[in-house]
Amino acid sequence: MKFFKLLISFILIFYLNNAHADNIDLNHKITKNLRCLVCQGQSVYDSDSDFAISLKIVVANKIDEGLSEKQIYSYLKKKYGEWILYDPELNKNTYLLWLLPVLLFLFGGVIIFKRFKIKN
Amino acid sequence: MKNKFFLFTSILIFLIIFSIFYKGLHKQNIYTPSVKLNKKIPEYSSKLLYTDKIINYSEIFDKENFYFLNIWSSWCVPCRAEHDLLMELSKNEDIKLVGLNYKDNTDNAQKFLKELGNPFNIILVDIDGIQAIEWGAVGVPESFLIHKKKVIKKYIGPLDTNLLIQIKSLIK
Repeated sequence: MKFFKLLISFILIFYLNNAHADNIDLNHKITKNLRCLVCQGQSVYDSDSDFAISLKIVVANKIDEGLSEKQIYSYLKKKYGEWILYDPELNKNTYLLWLLPVLLFLFGGVIIFKRFKIKN
Repeated sequence: MKNKFFLFTSILIFLIIFSIFYKGLHKQNIYTPSVKLNKKIPEYSSKLLYTDKIINYSEIFDKENFYFLNIWSSWCVPCRAEHDLLMELSKNEDIKLVGLNYKDNTDNAQKFLKELGNPFNIILVDIDGIQAIEWGAVGVPESFLIHKKKVIKKYIGPLDTNLLIQIKSLIK
C-alpha cells in the first residue's frame, strides 16, 4: 500500500513536471514568433523591454487558460495587427509571398527536366 | 527558338524582381503601430489606485459619455510633460478621464498626482502591464478616446496642444 502511494506520488510529480515543461516550451515557441513592437529587430522572447515582459506574462496566462497556439496568435493579431507575427499567415495579402518560392522551384525543375530529356 | 524563350523568361523574372525591389525602395519600413479604430473596449477588471476595490471595465465606460483613457506612469518623463494638457482637458465637462497607472509604485504614483494635480475621474492600476496589452498599447504614454464602448481614436506618445484641440472638437 505504501509502495503504491509512493508510486502514485512519483507519477503525479513527473506528470505535472512534464506538463509544466510543455507549457514553457510552447511559451518559448510562441514568444519567438512574436515581434517586439518597441524594439526593432528583436523577438519578444529575446527582449527585456517592458512591453515584451508583459507580453510574455500574457502568453503564459493564455496558455494556462488552455488557449491553443493559433488562438493566442489570433488574439494578439486582433490587438496589434498582422505585424506582430514573424511568420505571416496565408491570406490574400501574403499568398504571393508564400507561393512565389514554390513557383520558382517548380519552374526551375521544369527547365532542368527539359534539358535532361533533350540530352537523352 | 529555345534561346529566345530563355531570354524572354529571364528578362521577365528580372523585371518582376526589379519592380518589387524598386517599389520597396519607396516604402517606409519604420514601424508605425496599426491604429485600428472602432474597436470594442476589452473585457477586463482592474484594481483602483486609492482603494483596493476591483472594478470591471464595463462598469466604468457607459454608452453616453466620452472617455479619455490615458496610460501613464510616475517614472515616465513624457507623461510629466503632457500632464498639464490632461489637467486642461479634465476641466471639460463633456469628457471623463480614466487613468491607467502602468507598472508603477503606488506611493510614487500618488506623489506624482499630489505634485502635479489629479486630472482623472478614476485611476486603474496595471502592475504587470497586462491591461495595457488588453488595450493594444505598446508603452507609455498612450491615450484612447472612447465613445459608446468603442475606441474611436488612439494617440501614441505624449499629447500636444494641437491634439488637444482635435480632441475637444471631436467631443463637441
